[in-house]
Amino acid sequence: MRRVLFPLGALAGLCLAAAAVISIALPAEKLVLPIGLPDLPIHLRRDALSSVFLFLLGAASAGISIFGAGYFRAGEGTAPGLLCLQYHLFLASMGFVLLADDAYGFMVSWEMMALSSYFLVTTQHRIPEIRSAGFLYLLIAHLGAIAILLSFGVMQGGSWQFTFDAMRSATLAPTWAAVAFSLALFGFGAKAGLVPLHVWLPEAHPAAPSPVSALLSGVMLKTALYGMLRVTFDLLGAPTWWWGLIPIALGLFTAIYGVVFAAAQTDMKRLLAFSSIENIGILFTGVGLAIVFLGVGMTTLSALALIAVLYHAINHAFMKSLLFLGTGSVLHATGERNLGRLGGLIHRMPWVAWLTLIGALAIAGLPPLNGFVSEWLLLQAFLSAHEVPRSFVNMLLPLGAAVIALAAALAAYVMVKFFGVIFLGQPREAGLAKAHDAGWLERVGLLWLAAGCVALGLMPTQVIALLALIPEQLGIVEAMPTASSWWHLVPVSGRAAAYAPLVFLIAIVATIIITVGLVSLLYHRRSRRSAPWDCGFARLDARMQDTAEGFGQPIRHIFLQFFDMQRELPTPFDRAPHYRVVVGDRFWSSIYLRLAKWVQRVAEAVAWLQQGRIATYLLYSFITLIVLLALVL
Amino acid sequence: MTSLHWLTQFIEVLAALAAAPLFVGWINQCRAWLQNKSAPSLLQPYRGIRKLFHKDAVLATQASPLFRLAPYVVFGSMVCAAAVIPSLGTRLPFSDAADAIALVGLFATARVFMSLAAMDVGTAFGSLGARREMLVGFLAEPALLMVIFLASLIATSTSLPAISEGLATQTLALYPSLAFTGVAFVLVLLAENARIPVDNPATHLELTMIHEAMLLEYSARHLALMEWASALKLFNYACIGFALFLPWGAATGDAPALATLLASIPILGLKLLAAGSVLALIETVSAKLRIFRAPEFLATAFLFAVLGLLVHLLLGA
Repeated sequence: MRRVLFPLGALAGLCLAAAAVISIALPAEKLVLPIGLPDLPIHLRRDALSSVFLFLLGAASAGISIFGAGYFRAGEGTAPGLLCLQYHLFLASMGFVLLADDAYGFMVSWEMMALSSYFLVTTQHRIPEIRSAGFLYLLIAHLGAIAILLSFGVMQGGSWQFTFDAMRSATLAPTWAAVAFSLALFGFGAKAGLVPLHVWLPEAHPAAPSPVSALLSGVMLKTALYGMLRVTFDLLGAPTWWWGLIPIALGLFTAIYGVVFAAAQTDMKRLLAFSSIENIGILFTGVGLAIVFLGVGMTTLSALALIAVLYHAINHAFMKSLLFLGTGSVLHATGERNLGRLGGLIHRMPWVAWLTLIGALAIAGLPPLNGFVSEWLLLQAFLSAHEVPRSFVNMLLPLGAAVIALAAALAAYVMVKFFGVIFLGQPREAGLAKAHDAGWLERVGLLWLAAGCVALGLMPTQVIALLALIPEQLGIVEAMPTASSWWHLVPVSGRAAAYAPLVFLIAIVATIIITVGLVSLLYHRRSRRSAPWDCGFARLDARMQDTAEGFGQPIRHIFLQFFDMQRELPTPFDRAPHYRVVVGDRFWSSIYLRLAKWVQRVAEAVAWLQQGRIATYLLYSFITLIVLLALVL
Repeated sequence: MTSLHWLTQFIEVLAALAAAPLFVGWINQCRAWLQNKSAPSLLQPYRGIRKLFHKDAVLATQASPLFRLAPYVVFGSMVCAAAVIPSLGTRLPFSDAADAIALVGLFATARVFMSLAAMDVGTAFGSLGARREMLVGFLAEPALLMVIFLASLIATSTSLPAISEGLATQTLALYPSLAFTGVAFVLVLLAENARIPVDNPATHLELTMIHEAMLLEYSARHLALMEWASALKLFNYACIGFALFLPWGAATGDAPALATLLASIPILGLKLLAAGSVLALIETVSAKLRIFRAPEFLATAFLFAVLGLLVHLLLGA
């Protein structure tokens, strides 16, 4: 059954993506569904912003679903039929989140999304760690949902109409607008994994089956970004410029925090989860930059920053889904998630290895793949930040470019670790010799996403021409300056900056081919195989390769302050030397555990009310009634 | 684009390919003189590369296709980088394809492929070298980007030829901010090209190696390409330095005379001679740092670059 339903879902995803691309240039369309509570129909609306995210949802889920058709199989945990239902419910609710045009419909689909994904995360619900990871996810998702609900409550501005149209036309006092913005930032930040609300992410992503992790990281995090953009640029209308500084600061910190933790991980899915946190940081930085530019009236740059954000969101959906699915294939082939027990899989699983390599290079921000384009656009936007007519801010903002550059360079470090330890070198365990390559359905899914990474990287002009419609429809800018030619990316002005990935790729490939040709023509192509050089130590084996811990050691050393680290080091005299290092999150111990302790204490104090006797409870009701009567009369 | 621009582009790439090993030879010669040794011939790097091309390649039994692909990718990236950097003229047809940020990305691509290839065979030293190279790389890359950002703020462009032309054609103005970033750039150059004090290009002591450790498994034509690529990288860095800090002498403008193009070649040669002797001097007077002092070294570079940026934003100069 799954062999039919999942490909059908993939087909639906493809249709959705195609429809989104076609509809992006059309004016906004509305629909009122007569379902829901009496006199409270659900309003739907599709505009350019929705279309972009619908494309992201459709295109990424098409690859993930076709992979899922080959991946999911009966075993421990949720039955396949139920899993299939939850999976498609999750997809549908994300679609409705993107289309909702009133707070009611938005919150209902938002909750459906949270709940269906909760059940997907806890597929292996017999394992206690996975249950607690799911609980943490559910808890933070609901804290966020409450904040979003309150934000909608503020934005209706006294009209008590909860359609988005009413919110667009409501005029808010500056203070209330700021309150609504902060609540939305908290709520959507919690869903997206903005530090310090990120703790659920590295727990929930590894717990879920890999296609679900891919959906969570690649698509669901972007719905939070969609909500943030919808509230900031559409519902609130004209954001004040200094609001943008908050997402910039949080985003930059999140980016560095995420990537530094990613470098220290030894579980491949946790590593990718932290890398998602990094990318969410980059996205929110871009959102903040767009707000600052818009607030001071630099509309073209605001649109540029917004386009960079949308581009990066689509890119990240493709790259991260690809990587998560790659780990899924590795997990199925070897049964291992721990990097320290993998290695050398490029020989056993060439398809998965080479396709994952594309994703890894893309997310490391290397030209001419897609990750580079969006980071390039964001850096271009940052480079103009010194023109912001606010003193001090115009000096601090260009330094943000340095932080983005550092995050991108660290991402390359993380990806070399990720790819190198899993796929290169020699197998670290004997069992890896039995690893098999992914089946054809899985390959098709991986291939689709990898092709997306390449295409998005090589055709930035076309993508940007479509994305430029969003700032135009949101009324941020009249018309974006159009590109000079179809292969040549020029964001702002002619001689200021240009990037032509296709020429770039052709040049590199041509150089490589010419070099190969010349070398074999002028000299020879003879080669022979031999054992690697062992530096004179004849008993070199696979255990002597660098481990994942070893590869992360320089990062742990340099960014020592970030980690809550416990180490047990052996002494030189140990007969059975034992080394253990546990890298913890400081936010967990300093905020969450304290908060939990405090909640526990309050709950214990309140528990005094529970006497367990009917008479006491009746007394409470009576007192409440008296108090209410006294208030009313 | 006139045919002269294409000619400039063509000559520039050829000059880079030919002059890069010569530049390394010159540095080695200067260093030997400064250290009171008898110097190897200027052509010694060429002889090394030629010898390697003639040999049979020996591949480790467990080497994957990635291992064989990497030298070509690294070499190709460096050749493309040489095509973007305005060493002889500033109106290069290829320069529109990649601005300075893409150039940094190109260097990063080469570094990532080199590190992946080093991890491919799965020996202890290979992955050690890969880890250290990526460590140096992630620290040096932001510093280099900050240097480029400052120059692009001054020239309001991130295209390297446009920056260079902007700096070269304006009336001689002194930018105090450029002095700071100049220091930063030299530090980055030393670190990125495996020079003392971060790495020692002449070492064969495994424990201290970074760059050489990654190449341990390479032989014959693959090694030749890697060696040539690292010479090209050093040459490219030197040319970036000239483009930013000594932009005079390159052929500028929409229609440069053939004479300026011809004159720019000896001028570039003179700049390289000077830069090579300065590099040799720096390498001779400084000692190699422990690997965990390298972050401090590069943090200094980064701070200098940031300081330059702040000076520029404060003083507008």
